[in-house]
Amino acid sequence: MRNIWAICKRELLSFFVSPIAYFVITGFTLLVGFFFFNYLSYFQRAQQMAPMLEMRGGEAPNLNQYVIEGVFQTMVVILVFLIPLLTMRTIAEEKRKGTFELLITSPVSVGEIVLGKFASIAIVLLAMLSAALIFPALLVEFGNPEVPPILSGFLGVLLCSLGFASIGMAVSSFTENQVVAGVASMVTLLLLYVIQAPAESLGGTWAEVFQYISPIEQLQDPLRGVLSLKSMSYFLSMILLGLFLSRRALEAYRWR
Amino acid sequence: MIEVSGLSKSYGDYQAVAGISFSAQKGEVVGFLGPNGAGKTTTIRMLATYLPPTAGTATIAGFSVTTQADEVRRRIGYLPENPPLYGEMTVREYLKFIAEIKGVPRSATSKRIEEVMERCFVADVANKLCQHLSRGYRQRVGLAQAIIHDPEVIILDEPTSGLDPNQIIKIRQLIKSLGENHTVLLSTHILPEVSAVCDKVVIVNRGRVVVESQLSQLSREKSLEQVFLESVSQEDSVDAAA
Repeated sequence: MRNIWAICKRELLSFFVSPIAYFVITGFTLLVGFFFFNYLSYFQRAQQMAPMLEMRGGEAPNLNQYVIEGVFQTMVVILVFLIPLLTMRTIAEEKRKGTFELLITSPVSVGEIVLGKFASIAIVLLAMLSAALIFPALLVEFGNPEVPPILSGFLGVLLCSLGFASIGMAVSSFTENQVVAGVASMVTLLLLYVIQAPAESLGGTWAEVFQYISPIEQLQDPLRGVLSLKSMSYFLSMILLGLFLSRRALEAYRWR
Repeated sequence: MIEVSGLSKSYGDYQAVAGISFSAQKGEVVGFLGPNGAGKTTTIRMLATYLPPTAGTATIAGFSVTTQADEVRRRIGYLPENPPLYGEMTVREYLKFIAEIKGVPRSATSKRIEEVMERCFVADVANKLCQHLSRGYRQRVGLAQAIIHDPEVIILDEPTSGLDPNQIIKIRQLIKSLGENHTVLLSTHILPEVSAVCDKVVIVNRGRVVVESQLSQLSREKSLEQVFLESVSQEDSVDAAA
């Protein structure tokens, strides 16, 4: 436990001494803010047209559906591109600088290295997503959205981002080159993000499989305020799979 | 303290280390000498539990480097060829991190840090970032890192490379003093270094041990330089003939 915490602290120090963390967090909140503004004005226009809709038997526009779901879904797209930038250096850089040799020859297990690094990324992501909570908070202050879907949606997006991060870290453990790690994890995450696209035309079992492994599909429940066992276990298994692969990659690196 | 027997490492057809055997007693400073590409770094990496050997065994303080690697890691201090520093940390932060992962008790940590900084002559740069250090300082911080947990065995890969003559003398004195109660294995290709600090010399060439001898015994018969040149060139001529 002490080793995990030592490695986590060291990683956090690198994140916050170098400009990486600040740039990623600023970029993220800037983009989310931009989309928040767009969804809001979209909602406002919908509200102006609401009387007409209601006359025809439609529903009045709903703040949760129009703005909050939209913001959370957009966050996931932004994360697909930003998380590789956070994770690409984690292990690849240690290998390149030779500090990996130091870690491996210290009385620290590979599992502890992986968990320490993952914990540090998790803390950065938590800080980043919490910073973006300001937007839903504004709605709660000045509007009347339902709060439970905001909380469950936030948890869903957080778990999803941790899953992305653990996959990014696994990719980073397979290479010494940061750019390779970054590009490969971006491609992997993007593929995962759009994997349910061919589901409809394929049909059958494959459609179900693709839909099951799609993070967008799995986010539907938490975004609607439901913390279902299915989506929670999906995100947890994604995290565990990434951690397991990272550990395996590092163990294998020694035995080449 | 260090027992190496038949240790080998091959990469496909290429044999980097071909059955090296030697030993080092407690309190001995052993010079591991050889021309470039002789397999010094590969051997040292196997002893430091970084690379697994393809054949042979090695024990450090009675523990096998393959099957009891964790026990070995607790008992060695290791300075790789390039000092493994984190550029974005200050020297003090870096040493604190190392003390944590090497298992130095928390209460003793800050005292140990001051001690090793004093001993390795880096106290004046304690609050500087590692990335701003000159080569000589980086080397000495690397050395401080290797001895911070007071290990039984200290393994140094070319510890004086990149130092200026004044620093070399100081570091050699430090290594000599470490040898009083630790076992030190030190790889180098500088002959005078071996005569200056070592009790014993192991000369390797082309992945094999060609000479293993106490330095005192050696200098009675021939100078170290003669022995080195003879052993290395003999090997080459044998190879050329075959």
